[in-house]
Amino acid sequence: MWFTVSLVVILFIICLGGAAYETWMERKVAALMQDRFGPSRAGKFGLLQPLCDGGKLFFKEDFVPRNAEKWLFIISPGILMLIALSTGAVIPWGKSLFIAGVSYPVQVASIDVGVLYIMGIVSIGVYGIMLGGWSSNNKYSLLGAIRASSQMISYELAMGLSLLSIIMMSGTLDLRVMVEEQATNLYGISFLNGMAWNVFYQPLAFILFVTCSFAELNRAPFDLAECESELVGGYHTEYSSMKFGTFLFAEYINMFINSALISTLFFGGYSFPYMNKLVENGLGENWIGIISILAFLLKIVFCVFCFMWVRWTLPRFRYDQLMRLGWRIMIPLAILNLLITATVVVFT
Amino acid sequence: MSLKEKAYLPAILGGMKITLKHFFKKPVTIAYPEKKREFSPVYRGQHVLKRDDQGRERCTACGLCAVACPAEAITMIAAERKRGEENLYREEKYAEKYEINMLRCIFCGLCEDACPKEAIFLTDRIVMPEPKRNNFVYGKDLLVETLENRIDVSQRQIKSYTVEK
Repeated sequence: MWFTVSLVVILFIICLGGAAYETWMERKVAALMQDRFGPSRAGKFGLLQPLCDGGKLFFKEDFVPRNAEKWLFIISPGILMLIALSTGAVIPWGKSLFIAGVSYPVQVASIDVGVLYIMGIVSIGVYGIMLGGWSSNNKYSLLGAIRASSQMISYELAMGLSLLSIIMMSGTLDLRVMVEEQATNLYGISFLNGMAWNVFYQPLAFILFVTCSFAELNRAPFDLAECESELVGGYHTEYSSMKFGTFLFAEYINMFINSALISTLFFGGYSFPYMNKLVENGLGENWIGIISILAFLLKIVFCVFCFMWVRWTLPRFRYDQLMRLGWRIMIPLAILNLLITATVVVFT
Repeated sequence: MSLKEKAYLPAILGGMKITLKHFFKKPVTIAYPEKKREFSPVYRGQHVLKRDDQGRERCTACGLCAVACPAEAITMIAAERKRGEENLYREEKYAEKYEINMLRCIFCGLCEDACPKEAIFLTDRIVMPEPKRNNFVYGKDLLVETLENRIDVSQRQIKSYTVEK
């Protein structure tokens, strides 16, 4: 029990700290890709920049429009934040740690329906955005919210369908079992131990899932939730101070969690090459646990970097292009992938 | 569109390759207060009124610079040199008051070309920002070089000399 509680606290801190430093990383990556320096004044390499940004947001004027639905207006960033944070509960963050004679799996809640839980929770995120836009009592915010939520709902379909093929292959909804399955030999070659990652078996599902993640996270090139030219700002037009910051923060936490999910589903989660060999050779359980956690964090950082990399490469899509891509290309492709996977699973 | 173009992904990956290349390039930013950009030798910054080798002001308040100035930024009042002031002014007439409005000045360098006495030059100094507009009217206190701190305009002198030839 105490292990779970402390894990929750640590996860909470990691998610918040991770999100804060993601903003730093975002600026740094953007700068380097545009031949600039990025933050370099606050602390070494600008490492104190997130603190400065946060402090600035807290001290800005906190404004609530007169005709806004006050309580919904105040809690909707909170809803988004809550949902962003609660997704991390089912993700296995590491193999296991052996403390005081008991072996604890590094996971808050090891439930059988991990994938379903995540998909369910993520879909609630739409409420945060929709309520935020509606309660502002500003037609541009409402339009932005409608745009954002319709985008998220459309892409959730393709996302779920692309996930189904993975679930079909592994035959489970438990994320930990999925990770353990991926820690075996790739195509049965013992040289590639611990590399049986789903990305090699399901490249199409991977591409679809990642693309949908971009749309779900409202990140470029699908960041149509915000749009200065048509919507003044987006669903968060009327938000100021830390309430706006919370929206932004939730987005970054979502990106962190989503990267963790992509790593879990497609890149073998906390497993690392030759993990099982090391276990057989009798390396201590704690060592394996710590290395697995670090490997997982490394994978997450790489995924986050890829998110930023794409953001600073591609221009924003037009809304009809986005919808066409979602409904007429992604969903048929996902269904096709599903059919192929089903055929392969049944006949082998 | 061919299938390759329709699939988007090859083009996206191509773009990502370009951005990644830039990731490892050296930033072109100049971190200003620590590092300063080098000006080109013909940079035209704040003016200076030169003294000659004996420390006397070269300007004789002929007014040619004010006439040449397209922005009409220069105003001056001439005065006559009194006895005992020979070590201050080179000729009998000098500028009692010499003002350049730095907000009007376009740093074209025509005053420098017009000056027959080689008294006014543009230097590599920057006109400092000020909160008040009136402070931008620079008088002789800011324009005339001090004896201890002569301002180097040799680059510009060479240029005007060769042009004359």
